[in-house]
Amino acid sequence: MNWFYFSSPSTFYRLAGWLAPWCFVAAALLGAAGLYVGLVQAPTDAQQGEVYRIIFIHVPAAWMSMFLYFVMACYGAAALTFNARLAGMMARAIAPTGAMFTFLALWTGAFWGRPTWGAYWVWDARLTSELVLLFLYFGFIALANAFEDPRRGDRAGALLALIGLVNLPIIYFSVLWWNTLHQGSSVSFKGTSMHVSMLTGMILMTFSFWAYAIGAACTRVRCVILERERRTHWVRSL
Amino acid sequence: MSAAPAGSLPAGFSWAFARDLRLAWRHPGETLLVIAFFVLVASLFPLGVGAEPQLLQRIGPGVIWVCALLAAFLSLPGIFAADHADGCLEQMALSPHPMAGWVAGKIAAHWVATGLPLTILSPLLALQYGLAADTLAVMAFALALGTPVLSLLGGACAALTLGARGGGMLLALLALPLFVPILIFGAGAAEAQASGLSPSPHLSLLGAALIVAVMSLPFAACVAIRIALDSP
Repeated sequence: MNWFYFSSPSTFYRLAGWLAPWCFVAAALLGAAGLYVGLVQAPTDAQQGEVYRIIFIHVPAAWMSMFLYFVMACYGAAALTFNARLAGMMARAIAPTGAMFTFLALWTGAFWGRPTWGAYWVWDARLTSELVLLFLYFGFIALANAFEDPRRGDRAGALLALIGLVNLPIIYFSVLWWNTLHQGSSVSFKGTSMHVSMLTGMILMTFSFWAYAIGAACTRVRCVILERERRTHWVRSL
Repeated sequence: MSAAPAGSLPAGFSWAFARDLRLAWRHPGETLLVIAFFVLVASLFPLGVGAEPQLLQRIGPGVIWVCALLAAFLSLPGIFAADHADGCLEQMALSPHPMAGWVAGKIAAHWVATGLPLTILSPLLALQYGLAADTLAVMAFALALGTPVLSLLGGACAALTLGARGGGMLLALLALPLFVPILIFGAGAAEAQASGLSPSPHLSLLGAALIVAVMSLPFAACVAIRIALDSP
């Protein structure tokens, strides 16, 4: 089996076209299940009441915002080290979805903060570092599109993504390193301090967001490939 | 057959350092403009927020840090852009010296021409804000540790934006978010001192950031310049 078969834009174009609808279907099904478990089955929180249910959007979105940045930086590293065309296009395709999830995490966080902390925004370490992540995504998108030569944009963006990777551990450990208003993590690999149905809802929503991210990236990378390869024979014969 | 001239990292560093410093010395206007901007913006804050001594003491370190950060940022395009425009950067890339040496030399010269004068001048501004002597010393020390990191981070970002559309604003979008941790620890050190706590954790973190930046960012700037010169 040739592991590099799908590293060519023409073959990956077809794979992405096949993959995207399945991912969107999976995202819809998992999302419906996750929302049912989260909004109907999970018990009301003892301290926060019903408002805690925003966790089923907030936490998966925050996880995906960091995870997608990591994936984007990995594609960037592949684009720089192997000079792979498709990796640069994938990094470009992931960035807007990552920025969307970062914005969603900040926005839902503001609506959760208002009733529980009494403020939409506090200058807490985790909120600030997540805001920096949003600007890193914006910087990546702006830099990747700032050059006439798209390959140069790919490589410059990849380097920026790798420099910005420093921010990920800061976000992740910010609730441990600083004693702040944002609560620490309730979920770890050793176990959880929350009700099982709450955890199930969060996991289902995370997989739903993940599937959506793959679907959106595949759809977007198809556009990038068509634009970039518009002068090739295989695009003309489509 | 003559042997190819041997290049070395220190030789490249000292050559670029001396060249950029001489250039800065012969065009003192740019450095003076940066300093004037720093003093001017820092003097606007008391006029804007009101001149109550307690308020000024409270916001002083943060305001001075933000002004230093903006002043350092405004001078960033000067590190590589002019040399890129007239082709010097390509000639330097062809020189026998390893790239990391002269790139680090240029960044170091940028710090000496902008970060160092700001650091030296900061106690004077701190007096305008009525900061106590010990707070003032901690702030100057934090600036001495932090401004090199700003030059290094900014140098890598400036190299990334060489030849990009919308250069200045793009550079702001790339560099300013990366400056945030330095701002937090730098202003935090003086604030801790002012409120009777030890500033050493903040200063240690700034020192650690400086070490990591010195070890990694000149190489990142080299990669960015190679991307700009299209010679992978």
